Amino acid sequence: MTPPDATPGPARANTRLPELYRTMRRIRTFEERVAELYARGLSAGSMLHLSIGEEGAAAGVAAAMRPEDSFTTHHRGHGIFLARGADPARMMAEIGGKEAGYCRGKGGSMHIADMALGHLGANAIVGGGIPHVVGAGLSYKRLGTDAISVAFFGDGAMQQGLLYESMNMAALWDLPVLFVCINNQYGMGTRIDRATRSIEFDRRAEAFGLAAAMVDGEDVEAVHRTAQALADGARGGKPGFMAISCFRFFGHGRMDKSPYRTAEEEATGRKRDPVSRARDALLSQGLNDAAALDALDAGIAREMDATIDFTAAADAPAGASMFRDVFGPGEPEPEPLQSRLDRILADA
Amino acid sequence: MAETEITYRDALRQALQDAMRADDTVVVIGEEVGAYGGAYGVTRDLITEFGAGRLIDTPISEPAIVGVAVGAAMTGLRPVAELMYVDFLGLVMDQLANQAAKIRYMFGGQIGVPMVLRTQGGTGRSAGAQHSQSLEGWIMHTPGLRLAMPATAADAYHLLRHSLTLPDPVVFIEHKSLYTRKERVDLDAEPTPWGKAVVRRQGNDLTLVTYSRMVHVALAAAEQLAKQDISVELIDLRTLNPLDMATVIASVERTGRAVVVSEGPLTGGVASELAARIGEECFDYLQAPVIRLAGEDIPIPVSPDLESASIPTAALIVATVRRMLRR
Ligand SMILES: Cc1ncc(C[n+]2csc(CCOP(=O)(O)OP(=O)(O)O)c2C)c(N)n1
Ligand SMILES: [Mg+2]
Repeated sequence: MTPPDATPGPARANTRLPELYRTMRRIRTFEERVAELYARGLSAGSMLHLSIGEEGAAAGVAAAMRPEDSFTTHHRGHGIFLARGADPARMMAEIGGKEAGYCRGKGGSMHIADMALGHLGANAIVGGGIPHVVGAGLSYKRLGTDAISVAFFGDGAMQQGLLYESMNMAALWDLPVLFVCINNQYGMGTRIDRATRSIEFDRRAEAFGLAAAMVDGEDVEAVHRTAQALADGARGGKPGFMAISCFRFFGHGRMDKSPYRTAEEEATGRKRDPVSRARDALLSQGLNDAAALDALDAGIAREMDATIDFTAAADAPAGASMFRDVFGPGEPEPEPLQSRLDRILADA
Repeated sequence: MAETEITYRDALRQALQDAMRADDTVVVIGEEVGAYGGAYGVTRDLITEFGAGRLIDTPISEPAIVGVAVGAAMTGLRPVAELMYVDFLGLVMDQLANQAAKIRYMFGGQIGVPMVLRTQGGTGRSAGAQHSQSLEGWIMHTPGLRLAMPATAADAYHLLRHSLTLPDPVVFIEHKSLYTRKERVDLDAEPTPWGKAVVRRQGNDLTLVTYSRMVHVALAAAEQLAKQDISVELIDLRTLNPLDMATVIASVERTGRAVVVSEGPLTGGVASELAARIGEECFDYLQAPVIRLAGEDIPIPVSPDLESASIPTAALIVATVRRMLRR
């Protein structure tokens, strides 16, 4: 197949690299602050999955999406949401389980969502959010809108049956859907070559009739070009798939010390760094000077520092909110255990 | 008074047709819902009026059927997903229980999943252990899901129509042995209210609490008992979520005795939940232990003799009530 990124890049003057770099730097810094939030005991739990090393995937694909588009993510979705315009303070507050968070502290890192930005939800079930974009695509087609819906998931989901049911339906019904696999080489401690004999993921998608491509996630511009071509196709009713290769720099979650891989492997893997590569490119192409980039980075660091202060100062959700939103507005809330006891044991 | 005779199946089809006429966003998604007309004929001919764009045939991909319905429900459609047999819940439980049921809550109330999952269950056709189960307990055990189990054509119609106006996911379980049951329906009658049980028969000696096809089994038992001068009250719950305990409690406080009847397996099931609630709520009024009559704790056997013996019968209800009343 001909990868869409085989065509030459846009003229340098039109490059989106500065913007892509900024997005990636914000993701990197945000994730570093998430690690700090955890280290300072301010996070809700330790199930926090950093996307450091995967910024090229998030920034590149997000830049190919339009405001009306929707998406779902896997559990390692902070970067994607940020790249789609999330407010990092509200994200951090959600990760801290605070009322000011995107989901009032009930979703957390792994179930964050925001309808206003088209985020149909992160998912803690591997592959769980994939069919939702097919449903969204069905809605868009039926309701006659121009939007597409994008599923982001890891290489782990490539071995889940639901992905193939979803790809098949998307292709069968010509839906405006894009499937994006962020292949960070690992599902927890299982390297991809211990999960499957075939890592030519694009061939799987092609077998179902999707337009498919594989791209190096270290090259954010290549990711962007590939995503743009596939998103344009999806908008025209030809669903697409792309696998973005990258390296998960750190452990699976905060508790994982990566005993299943060597220090050398990590050192080599971390050389595949989309952020420093973009920075080098900006400098070598004369698009920015070092001082300007340092100033940009410093501004981002201050912005992300503030998210921790915001989270630390934010209120926990009120206890009574526990019973809220099990069902829709106006529906009676479930009876709390204590009030049931008080009723039944009133005389005791 | 406009009375007409209608089957449970036709009442369901009528509900879908009326809902689809009233609301353009209603679509039916499932296996064989289009030209085939549904495995049990509920969607027969609907494709003629609404076309393949709204009667959406799918490949045999149950998890994706429910997952697609979730995504569609979040983005402007009101899907009716059809699961051919409730027994296939095992395949779709993640999309139902981890996704549809929790999305509103996890996302802090931002959005709901207004979809209906229509399916059918129960015994009566020697369909065997993988096509005859009563799995409503799995649904009832999951916070965030509504659950309707109509026993009559009128309720089937109104509860399905109502399900298609709710803001939350509804699991709508039909009974495969009721589809051909005919009933005279008063078209001008008040619609069945959502979430309210109905007293199908009034009585003073004991309260029978049940739902779905067991309503008819219990009614037959109540008629036999009446001939023996035993007057039982029969409550049809109609929906298991919401669960109308107020109607049940009011009755049991008056009769002092309760038997709950369910086709699903006994242990950890709907009958157990109902019995526990009656025990807690009506303790001071009870003159006998709350008795659960439910399916045996076995897979459903194919042999018609074994199959029918594996679930509560009218004879069992009669005998049990008489023992409880020492008559
Ligand atoms: C259905 C399911 N199975 C297992 C898990 C536990 N689990 C969480 S993340 C993960 C690895 C996922 O790997 P991948 O999809 O590659 O995503 P990554 O963590 O690499 O971003 C596993 C096994 C889960 N959450 N859901
Ligand atoms: Mg992975």
